[in-house]
Amino acid sequence: MIHFVLLISRQGKVRLTKWYSPYSQKERTKVIRELSGLILTRGPKLCNFVEWRGLRVVYKRYASLYFCMCIDEDDNELEILEIIHHYVEVLDRYFGSVCELDLIYNFHKAYFILDELLIAGELQEPSKRTVTRLVAAQDSLVETAKEQTSSITNIIAQAAK
Amino acid sequence: MKEYIIRLVYVEMLGHDASFGYIHAVKMIHDDSLLVKRTGYLAVTLFLNEDHDLIILIVNTIQKDLKSDNYLVVCAALNAVCKLINEETIPAVLPQIVELLAHPKEAVRKKAIMALHRFYQKSSSSVSHLVSNFRKRLCDNDPGVMGATLCPLFDLITNDVNSYKDLVISFVSILKQVAERRLPKAYDYHQMPAPFIQIKLLKILALLGSSDKQASENMYTVVGDIFRKCDSSSNIGNAVLYECICCVSSIYPNHKLLESAADAISRFLKSDSHNLKYMGIDALGRLIKISPEIAEQHQLAVIDCLEDPDDTLKRKTFELLYKMTKSTNVEVIVDRMIDYMNSINDNHYKTEIASRCVELAEQFAPSNQWFIQTMNKVFEHAGDLVNIKVAHNLMRLIAEGFGEDDDTADSQLRSSAVESYLHILGEPKLPSVFLQVICWVLGEYGTADGKYSASYITGKLCDVAEAYSNDETVKAYAVTALMKIYAFEIAAGRKVDMLPECHSLMEEFLASHSTDLQQRAYELQAVIGLDAHAVESILPSDASCEDIEVDKALSFLNDYIQESIEKGAQPYIPESERTGMLNISNFRNQDHHEASSHGLRFEAYELPKQTVQARIPPASLASTELVPVPEAMYPRESYQTTTVPSVSSDAASTELKLRLDGVQKRWGRQTHFPSTSTSNSTSLKTVNGITQVDGSNTANSRTRETYDSRKQVEISPEKQKLAASLFGGPSKTEKKSATGHKSSKPSSHMVKSHAPKSSMEVASEKTSVQQPPDLLDFGEPTVKSTAPSLDPFKDLEGLLEPTTQVSSAVNHSSTAAVTKSPDIMGLYTETTAGAHHKDSDILSGLSKPPMTNMVGGTTTMQVAQSSKGPNLKDSLEKDALVRQIGVTPSSQNPNLFKDILG
Repeated sequence: MIHFVLLISRQGKVRLTKWYSPYSQKERTKVIRELSGLILTRGPKLCNFVEWRGLRVVYKRYASLYFCMCIDEDDNELEILEIIHHYVEVLDRYFGSVCELDLIYNFHKAYFILDELLIAGELQEPSKRTVTRLVAAQDSLVETAKEQTSSITNIIAQAAK
Repeated sequence: MKEYIIRLVYVEMLGHDASFGYIHAVKMIHDDSLLVKRTGYLAVTLFLNEDHDLIILIVNTIQKDLKSDNYLVVCAALNAVCKLINEETIPAVLPQIVELLAHPKEAVRKKAIMALHRFYQKSSSSVSHLVSNFRKRLCDNDPGVMGATLCPLFDLITNDVNSYKDLVISFVSILKQVAERRLPKAYDYHQMPAPFIQIKLLKILALLGSSDKQASENMYTVVGDIFRKCDSSSNIGNAVLYECICCVSSIYPNHKLLESAADAISRFLKSDSHNLKYMGIDALGRLIKISPEIAEQHQLAVIDCLEDPDDTLKRKTFELLYKMTKSTNVEVIVDRMIDYMNSINDNHYKTEIASRCVELAEQFAPSNQWFIQTMNKVFEHAGDLVNIKVAHNLMRLIAEGFGEDDDTADSQLRSSAVESYLHILGEPKLPSVFLQVICWVLGEYGTADGKYSASYITGKLCDVAEAYSNDETVKAYAVTALMKIYAFEIAAGRKVDMLPECHSLMEEFLASHSTDLQQRAYELQAVIGLDAHAVESILPSDASCEDIEVDKALSFLNDYIQESIEKGAQPYIPESERTGMLNISNFRNQDHHEASSHGLRFEAYELPKQTVQARIPPASLASTELVPVPEAMYPRESYQTTTVPSVSSDAASTELKLRLDGVQKRWGRQTHFPSTSTSNSTSLKTVNGITQVDGSNTANSRTRETYDSRKQVEISPEKQKLAASLFGGPSKTEKKSATGHKSSKPSSHMVKSHAPKSSMEVASEKTSVQQPPDLLDFGEPTVKSTAPSLDPFKDLEGLLEPTTQVSSAVNHSSTAAVTKSPDIMGLYTETTAGAHHKDSDILSGLSKPPMTNMVGGTTTMQVAQSSKGPNLKDSLEKDALVRQIGVTPSSQNPNLFKDILG
């Protein structure tokens, strides 16, 4: 099971966190501090796994962003590495050559995508197409809802006049 | 609003407190607009955890949204369900989620499955009736739903393999279809057909096939296929390969599959990628259990990984080494581990590696010397992280001499241990646990071989106690060690002259705030004042591992009970029944009073004593009526509280002894001791943290130190055998001569033969750890022989108060004793005085004692045997108290008293 997902920039700034196991706010900051210290200092040719408090942290670097996932000891690390990659591919497809800024300004969308991919610490959808379709459906629905609400407010506004 | 909430999420993510805005996020999910609602759900899932107070406000909305026509709303609600619903609120949403399992949209079905999976993780009982739904969903048309179903099934199978054996065929056929690319193209990932589903299926098969030949046979072909088809150039291909290896190592072994697994491993290990090396080491560790010989060809790769700068890889390799350790290579491996342990400062991992070192050293130690040295190193570097049990184990091993019958080897071992410890003591800062071991060993064996003088050792011990003056435990160990050394000196007939620093130390401890230290110091004083014979029997040299027989059933009492019953005594009624029988209001009040006093332990230390005291008068009464026992026996028996198998004791005294124990048992039950059937001294000790010392306890704790080491004694024959097999067996090194040169060549039967042993050891260690309280105080008998009975005499005299003192002095003609240890006596009088209240309380409360009879009885006895002072005082006080309480003494002899009196 995945305990949490963490996106940190090379400067140690947090870009996205998702906790699947209960951690208090204090623990979260501590975890982030410990892990960023641990991961950011690792050399480029070392392996992508870190042992940490009896758990494993699998991380992968994309440009200036580190994607980290914390898993149980008996999970398949390579698989997690591929889940990270899978997520990045979906993000890439959604944003169109994703970059760190996309995630900063649209981090809630990154969350929505992550929610379609992982639920309760397990991979729920291995198909890229399904995920993108679902997210697109939600977005289009949001768009129509937006139009509706704006039109309604327009009507009300006009009526109020 | 939506923007604000999103910003709030960002603020929270950066680690600031955004709790002021939580309520707005909760409000947002009530919104009709999907956009706002979705953001609200996202914010709520990120802000709140399942125990948050606001959850109660959300459940209602979730229920409404789960019924929504719009599947996207349902999806958003299901996402929140997975994160936020806790054990109590599961029933509120469960029926709706079960309905959603049949939803036309596959995304909803999938999320409903995942939600149920989450519920199963949180409380398995809540969804236990829904297991059949998971099976049904396995045949879902949508591969995504099927893949999601594998997650809960994996958990279910992990918990209970046998009820899912029938699914093996379906899993195998699904896996086959997946491998043959029957799934839609959308599930391909880097040209691999649905690798995530494959991995999940392989995990499940590994569980189902473990040690089940029939089920495993179904899997061989498909796993073999996957091995062949896997593309080892891509990362995901390797992930599937790795999972295959795990599966092969878990299911019933198949030669062909093992071969391909070994091939894959060698490819992993030879690869340049650290990730693959890591996985290779891990896979090797798994496969090595089944076919140990494959490690041999990878020796060099393993050694390379061990030298690698990558910390993760190094640790993984240590894990592998740990798995391959056997008696021939243990020295190398443990040395390496200790080196590595010294080089890191991550406490979590340090603890782990230290405990592994200890475990390996205990299992495979080639020689005792090496073992002690290794333990020293471990203690020195990671002492505070090691379990205290390990230290006790080490003490026991030194004391028992590793189960070998060779006495000279044992004493050699001990003297080498002493020497090394004396050397180590020179180092500036040592961990507390290690110091305890050092103190104990020095105390027990410091002067044993005559190489070091007592004054040298005691000087060292004093240094320790001074240097670590803020560690009470170490000081206590040091004091007891001092006591032992002096005791040995006295017993050997040498004259003891305390070092000046030792004197000052003792003075400091006598005034210590720690009662434990204080008590030990007093004991030391008392021991030094005794003559050689007495001392020898209190602290016999090198007796820390003698067997102590404990008859817990108190079967030796049967005769006496029988006799009493024949004489008209009522049989013993257990506490539970007895309280039911008491219906007189007065009694009840007493009962309540008692109960409350148990609840609030303001007088915690009086409680145990009340039984000590309570026992005395009836017991001595009984004995005067039944058998004329030489009066010298009473005090000892009554104060020592445990049976003393005295060599010279006559029939009468043994009888008395037994009686006492019987009483103890009966009374012990009534008073709800924290430790129910153990005798008083134990409870005293546990409660006693702040109390003064009472007779039995002093006697007891005088030798407490030795008990500590002795706690494992009850199972010692078994243990010895174990130690012999652990340390004697492997160290015979027949293996060494056979395969000696290959350090990393594991021999399967060695590994196997050690596995059960280690578990046995763990088990026996467990029992031994639980034993101490009982043994501690039952242990007394062997240590105490007749001689110490002198002490209780003196104690008694202390109790007698001026009026009776004269007569007692006459009786025993040992007046010197009175002045000898006035402190202790003072304590006794104090405690007994305190205990009298409780004592009479209990008597009147529980049994409505015939006061007139009592007093009459005791007074007559008093006349007859003036030395038993306490009885008179006792009964008088009791009388007064009973009157105070308002119980009118009835002439009827109540049950309890009768059966004690006989």
